[in-house]
Amino acid sequence: MYYQHNTSRMLNLIIMAILVMAAGSVCIIRPGICSERTGSLDFDLPVPEETLQQAYLGIQGQDRFTLGQISGQVVIVEIFSMYCPICQREAADVNALFERILQDPRLRERVKLLGIGAGNSAFEVTFFKKKYDIEFPLFPDEDFRLHKHIGEVNTPHFFGLRLLENEKADLFFSRSGEIEDVEKFLQTLLKESGITLEP
Amino acid sequence: MKKRVWIISLCVIWVLAASGSAFARSSAFGDKIFDFGQMVPLDSQAKLSVGETAPDFDLPAISAKKRVRLSEYRGKRNVMLTFIPAAWTPVCSDQWPGYNIARELFENLDTVVIGISCDNLPSQHAWIREMGGVWFDVVSDFWPHGKISDAYGVLRSDGMSERAVFIIDKTGIIRFIHLEDINVRPDLGVLIQALEQLKP
Repeated sequence: MYYQHNTSRMLNLIIMAILVMAAGSVCIIRPGICSERTGSLDFDLPVPEETLQQAYLGIQGQDRFTLGQISGQVVIVEIFSMYCPICQREAADVNALFERILQDPRLRERVKLLGIGAGNSAFEVTFFKKKYDIEFPLFPDEDFRLHKHIGEVNTPHFFGLRLLENEKADLFFSRSGEIEDVEKFLQTLLKESGITLEP
Repeated sequence: MKKRVWIISLCVIWVLAASGSAFARSSAFGDKIFDFGQMVPLDSQAKLSVGETAPDFDLPAISAKKRVRLSEYRGKRNVMLTFIPAAWTPVCSDQWPGYNIARELFENLDTVVIGISCDNLPSQHAWIREMGGVWFDVVSDFWPHGKISDAYGVLRSDGMSERAVFIIDKTGIIRFIHLEDINVRPDLGVLIQALEQLKP
């Protein structure tokens, strides 16, 4: 009797644990299901070799950096693939987004943009960058390490992170699919970030 | 007790279903992609080696040319023959669109690309249209089913071909063979590097 009771409790605990894990998995892997809030993207990236890109990100004097170490208030992360037809088609729009931010003195130092090539080698990312004249930093993720870490999103996918004072980054925006309207996308993202645009 | 076992099983299935594919699927195809899940990486016996003459073929194509013969490029262009397992599947749908934007890389290396699969023409047509078209020829090895895939030693026991690339020089000789895990896309850099080796 005592043995049966313990077994029953054990099974109940296992069921609860699996339910909690399952719910967590769905939140991470299918962001839309959980109001597109997935937690922080707590991985690190190699510091770009080009000094211009180091200066853009505000990262120097180290081998690797986390998103929270980027200078500014908001960082937009595009998960793309050289092989993704939408990423190819909308490369011009993402460039336009980068230019729009760069040309706005209220945003230039506050909002940064970078891309991660899911499953793309250094060769493939370099080719994509050259093909579409992309000026913001792109990083290869050849073995899908980062892609798995953030939940295997479809491409393209955009994350918005609020940069905090303690070198942490707080995820506030997560969306798959095309930008479609650059200005609308930017305004939505800025609104959700909560940053004020006054100089 | 039985009820709990069922609930645990359902939870496990839920977790597995939520985990989805380990591949960065493009949103371009919406929910039209059929995912086999992880497959046996390789399931065929090699029949050809580098240095051998590439078996010729004359297959129906989805382009305006209607048919493509490998030997038509003999003495003219190098050929990169790219076998993919099946239309409307995750990795394949994320391979040829990359070659599509890399046209200048291939042309600078005096190379044509020929895509080949064991799908029939209508399926290939619909799939290629969905990805926005490709500049290179896509041929069907549907009937006699997989005859050319078999000749190249890349026909799997499930009737699909392996994910394989054969680089054939202007004399019709195979100069490079890349047999990839069916679940993985080959790196474009490796293929371009192999084509660069063909430079006189």
